[in-house]
Amino acid sequence: MDYHQFRHLADSWGLVYLMVVFVAAVAFLFRPGAKAFYDRAARIPLDEE
Amino acid sequence: MGAAFFYVIMGLVATFAVIVASLTHDPNFAIHAWIVVLAALVAIVAGLNTFDPEGKPKPAKGKYLDGVIQAGVIATMFWGLAGFLVGVVIALQLTFPALNLDTAYTNFGRLRPLHTSAVVFAFGGNALIATSFYVVQRTTGARLALGNTAWFVFWGYQLFIVLAATGYLLGITQSKEYAEPEWYVDLWLTIVWVAYLAVFLGTLFRRKEPHIYVANWFYLSFIVTIAMLHVVNNLSMPVSLLGAKSYSLFSGVQDALTQWWYGHNAVGFFLTAGFLGMMYYFVPKQADRPIYSYRLSIIHFWALIFLYIWAGPHHLHYTALPDWAQTLGMVFSIMLWMPSWGGMINGLMTLSGAWDKLRTDPVLRMMVMAIAFYGMSTFEGPMMSIKSVNSLSHYTDWTIGHVHSGALGWVGMISFGAVYFLAPKLWDRQGLYSARLVNWHFWLATIGIVLYAASMWVSGIMQGLMWRAYDNLGFLQYSFAETVAAMHPFYLIRAAGGGLYLLGALIMAYNIARTIMGHQRREIPMGFAAPAVQGA
Repeated sequence: MDYHQFRHLADSWGLVYLMVVFVAAVAFLFRPGAKAFYDRAARIPLDEE
Repeated sequence: MGAAFFYVIMGLVATFAVIVASLTHDPNFAIHAWIVVLAALVAIVAGLNTFDPEGKPKPAKGKYLDGVIQAGVIATMFWGLAGFLVGVVIALQLTFPALNLDTAYTNFGRLRPLHTSAVVFAFGGNALIATSFYVVQRTTGARLALGNTAWFVFWGYQLFIVLAATGYLLGITQSKEYAEPEWYVDLWLTIVWVAYLAVFLGTLFRRKEPHIYVANWFYLSFIVTIAMLHVVNNLSMPVSLLGAKSYSLFSGVQDALTQWWYGHNAVGFFLTAGFLGMMYYFVPKQADRPIYSYRLSIIHFWALIFLYIWAGPHHLHYTALPDWAQTLGMVFSIMLWMPSWGGMINGLMTLSGAWDKLRTDPVLRMMVMAIAFYGMSTFEGPMMSIKSVNSLSHYTDWTIGHVHSGALGWVGMISFGAVYFLAPKLWDRQGLYSARLVNWHFWLATIGIVLYAASMWVSGIMQGLMWRAYDNLGFLQYSFAETVAAMHPFYLIRAAGGGLYLLGALIMAYNIARTIMGHQRREIPMGFAAPAVQGA
């Protein structure tokens, strides 16, 4: 694979792949029932000791 | 690790270093070998001090390994003072060139990397290692993994700092900004860093709290990414195994791009992600409120990770780097506005409903100022990455001003806040020696940064405009020396700002030392007026 093929792969499929992973990671935060889970997670530093 | 094994290893290290020192033809390399000998001998003597052949019962281990964090807090203070002091010295050297003292060891070219490495890696690095060890234990409920490996990380890192710093003064450098140390120091740091990663990951594996709190995500991304950046950017071939000099694997524009991929992500993952880990733990603790939006903190994390790694090429606008790569660097830098400001809002809004605490808590005030500077410098950075703005700002003092509003304002202030939080906790004291001295530190530092950043804006933009000014015959209007002369007053103001910042840090060191000693200053609490003088 030469430089141009590699670059083409990066700015087409590579870009799509990273976008999909990112959107999936963010979408996962808004799954049903997540609010209570994250509200509890936010209290982790305050609940120790 | 058994005590005998420890002495054997240290003895072998010392012997090996003596052999290297005697064989090498490079006098600077020999000095470094002798430093390693000294370090090994000190380790042996320190080890003998705790040698216990009778095997007396040891005091019960606490829930957490905090000794190494105490050491880290002291090291943070020490290297902070050293780094700020050298910063003021080189600011004065630029103002009064006679202060270069006309020796190779004290000229600006050698002291400048000493300053940058001392503040970024020694001060910032110790603050990150210490706070990450504190946060990961508190938020997982687990003791640091791998026994005393955390101590190896601490002392190994200090040895790295000493080798790097003495190397700069001796003239050992591979001329890569923020990656100046030569191949053997790079290898040593790699070993220390892998041990750091192992301790951090090992502690996460042992966690009692099933969810990994977001601050640990930021710390982990900092550790992993710095490992990757450090190894790739420092790929090089030593001329001899008995000499300091090496040559980079890369050359030309590939070398430049690798360097700034490293350089900008040192900003992104060392000076940003790591310190955001600090923000996400210590701001909620100090304000006694959970983070404003936990989900926003995770979006902040992923957006920062996905975008930052591409921003490096903005350091190479209008160079031999392909145009598309320059544009890519610029576009990703601009997109970074979003996560940066999301994070800033998240940090600041944590105080919503508790803003009154700022009246009485100068430590919280410091943290809030840090977040404000995070917002300001992450607004300024993307703006400066725009090619047309960069054509004015690049190579001028504006860049220096930008870096310092981030470094002094964000990195410095959030670290000070964390150390003020940690000192009473780690030494089990009622509170800090004096809240009012914290307030003095806060104002000295803030006014210092304002003087610094404002003078560099004026000086940098003036410098940039003078460089591009043409007369009506098409000749350059100003010689380079004229721009230097015009900047003199601003250099004075900058040195004064740095001096105030250093003075604030000295007050902090005094305050922390008295706190550790268990003293408490008798003073009127913050937010209360001094009582009126009573008539007789």
